[in-house]
Amino acid sequence: MNKFIDPILVLVLLLNFVVLGASRMRTLIQAVALQGILLGILIALAHGSLMVWVALMALVTILLKGVVIPRMLFDAIRDVVIRREVEPLVGFIASLFLGAVGTGLALLFSQTLPIARSDMGSLIVPAALSTVLTGFLMLTTRTKAITQVVGYLILENGVFIFGMLLMEAIPFLVELGVLLDLFVAIFVMGIIIHKISREFSSVSTRMLSELKE
Amino acid sequence: MNEWLVIAGIACHAFSGVPGLFMRRDTAGGQRLALGLSVLGSALGMAVALAAFWAPTQSIAFIRLDALAAIFLIPIFWVSALGSIYGLEYWPQMKYPENGRKLRLFYGLVTAGLAGIAVSANSILFLFFWEVMALGAFFLVTTEDHEREVRDAGILYLVSTHFSTLCLFALFAIWHLVTGTFALGPLPPGAVTPTMATVIFILLLVAFGIKAGLMPFHVWLPGAHAAAPSHVSALMSGVLIKIGIYGLARMVSWLPDPPVWWGGLLLVLGTVSGILGVVFALGQHDLKRLLAYHSIENIGIIVMGLGLAMVGRSLQVSTWIVLGLAGALLHVWNHGLFKSLLFLSAGSVVHSTHTRSIDKLGGLAAAMPLTALFFAIGAVAICGLPPLNGFVSELLIYLGLFRTLGLGTEPSWGVAAFSAALLAMIGALAVACFVKAFGAIFLGSARSDSAREAHESGRAITGPMFALALCCLVIGLFPRLVCPLLQQGVAVWIPSYDGQLPSLAMMAPMGWISVVGLTLVGLLLAIGALWGLRLRRSRVGAAGTWDCGYAAPSPHMQYTASSFAQMLGVFFVWVLRPQVHASGKQTVFPGPAHFRSHVMDVVLDEILRPLYQVGVRITTAFRYFQGGNIHAYLAYIVIFLILLLLWK
Repeated sequence: MNKFIDPILVLVLLLNFVVLGASRMRTLIQAVALQGILLGILIALAHGSLMVWVALMALVTILLKGVVIPRMLFDAIRDVVIRREVEPLVGFIASLFLGAVGTGLALLFSQTLPIARSDMGSLIVPAALSTVLTGFLMLTTRTKAITQVVGYLILENGVFIFGMLLMEAIPFLVELGVLLDLFVAIFVMGIIIHKISREFSSVSTRMLSELKE
Repeated sequence: MNEWLVIAGIACHAFSGVPGLFMRRDTAGGQRLALGLSVLGSALGMAVALAAFWAPTQSIAFIRLDALAAIFLIPIFWVSALGSIYGLEYWPQMKYPENGRKLRLFYGLVTAGLAGIAVSANSILFLFFWEVMALGAFFLVTTEDHEREVRDAGILYLVSTHFSTLCLFALFAIWHLVTGTFALGPLPPGAVTPTMATVIFILLLVAFGIKAGLMPFHVWLPGAHAAAPSHVSALMSGVLIKIGIYGLARMVSWLPDPPVWWGGLLLVLGTVSGILGVVFALGQHDLKRLLAYHSIENIGIIVMGLGLAMVGRSLQVSTWIVLGLAGALLHVWNHGLFKSLLFLSAGSVVHSTHTRSIDKLGGLAAAMPLTALFFAIGAVAICGLPPLNGFVSELLIYLGLFRTLGLGTEPSWGVAAFSAALLAMIGALAVACFVKAFGAIFLGSARSDSAREAHESGRAITGPMFALALCCLVIGLFPRLVCPLLQQGVAVWIPSYDGQLPSLAMMAPMGWISVVGLTLVGLLLAIGALWGLRLRRSRVGAAGTWDCGYAAPSPHMQYTASSFAQMLGVFFVWVLRPQVHASGKQTVFPGPAHFRSHVMDVVLDEILRPLYQVGVRITTAFRYFQGGNIHAYLAYIVIFLILLLLWK
């Protein structure tokens, strides 16, 4: 394991808190973009050797997660003209607190989960779990469709970090699967946002409960 | 080779409705193609099924084609093909452009599903065909889904059939657990523990009981049969519910060493179903609901025969097995024939008068002589009267039940003989019910304008009815023809039987049935001829019935369906529980008065619905959690995820 991996994972963890505490949509997207770039770097580092396809994978990840998707989100913000920024159902302080609890739980779980001994010491598992929980927290406590997309992105980032564990065994599959998954999620959410704002002139998912049953 | 032919026949039915989907809604090409495919498939299937009686084959691992399967395949293919012909006139595409194609597609699929179930020798394949049949039948029942009553009947059917499928899933899961394979076949003695065998038996009783419409699992049946188009009702009542009997008969035959109470339970359920089915039929005003309740009655009779055979198997008495099972299997055929005939006749009446209400009909025999004749033949057959086929199968069951008294050297299990007395009562009540139905519909004078303007249906409707009536007559007059087939079926049902099975033709007086039947037919023809001569010789004048001095008689003063059955209704008021709405006083000079009575279904309306309400009340509390809030749903996922991670 590379000695740079853990510091980068710490940065990823910190970005989770930035995301939870952000009240402005731009900060939120920037944080997610930065997280994506960090993950791309992580791929290159995790594999150790700089083979062509590893570099390509890292590059694609950075481009997608760090540039293309954030670009789309910025465009979406501009298109639907968001008046108020992030609308939390749970306050920012409370979100941060929950995030801290989640990270604590993640560290706890990483001790008890049945994983290979070689991975025990690293931060990969706790960082992955913490990021997944952060994504869920975003999904459950934010109402705007855009913040939902960001929540999904963070969730996917968490899964992505988890995939690092399998890098050695089945690297290509993991990468491809994760990227595809992500792309589909963004695609769907993009369409949904577009539709929602066009049909209901509102991008709040709270209105979706009108559709129940 | 034969398996591939039967698969081809099934495929013909399955795809019969498909070409029509690609044709214009307002053209008749699709229905002709569907008819052609259906007839072709049926011809193939029936030929192969007949061959299977003498040469059972199983060269493909998951298809079994033996005499028992063939006994069920023949009515499936026969009734389905006749129904397709009937549909040409009854439900023409030109007249029903909005649902004709859907009807034909699912009609073919249901037929294919039914035939597939009968030949499946693998539980996965069985379940696959079972679902094709069950769901296809749902779409058939809801053909006219713009009507609320039809949708309600459809949903009730869907719930029931899913419950049945659920039991089947459990059943086959246990089966796999016990045998270690998905293949279906006889279990060797000692393969299952008695408790496990009992669980399997109860599951298959519920699963197949629901499909067969055995009381108390019959709740879906009357509504669904009444709501569906008539040739679909004929298919459902004639053959679809029999697939439940097939499943029951087939699966119990594979369970080793049945305890005697299994057969006893079947006998009791069959008797209850028979009596209550006909009693509820007496209380109906809707012609098709009345016929549907008679299906429950006849399923009861079939299950009585099966129960007797089971008892015989437990107690090792071969004569009970042969008579009981042969009676049940023959009644499967017979009921398939005469009940389809009755439903097609009812459809002919509905086609001409646009009402199913018996109290709006009357005097149709003059306008629809052929329909009246065929309905009468079906009615005589269903009542179990000679010289028609219902008599033969019921006689076999009677003979078997009487033998449980222990004649000569045979062992006795005398309680079963009570069923014989009750079977006689079923027959008597059925006669009362069909006298009521025939009298109110075809005799007397018309009670409504639509009945007054009735006209005979065309050949596409009367032709299939003629074919079915002819079958009823042939089996009724020459039962010896079907004896070898039944014997083969019984031999397949009990392969492990040590001794040689006694011959059916030796035990039942098949020759005498022919003699008596032919004599009766001859007598009837002679009386008819004499009467015709008399009528021709003397002058026939029309005059009003004596009306006790009342000056303005109207057709509404005739006996109605409920007034005719009033005395019997009073007998059975404890189970019928009719809801009577009457107004107007009986004084010296009575004013206008109203009377309306309505019979509910006891199991559905007094047991299941209240239970459902209780269930709703309990589960309403949980609706709080399903508030339609996405964030809440996601929160549930997080909480569950954390709980899962915390666990261990």
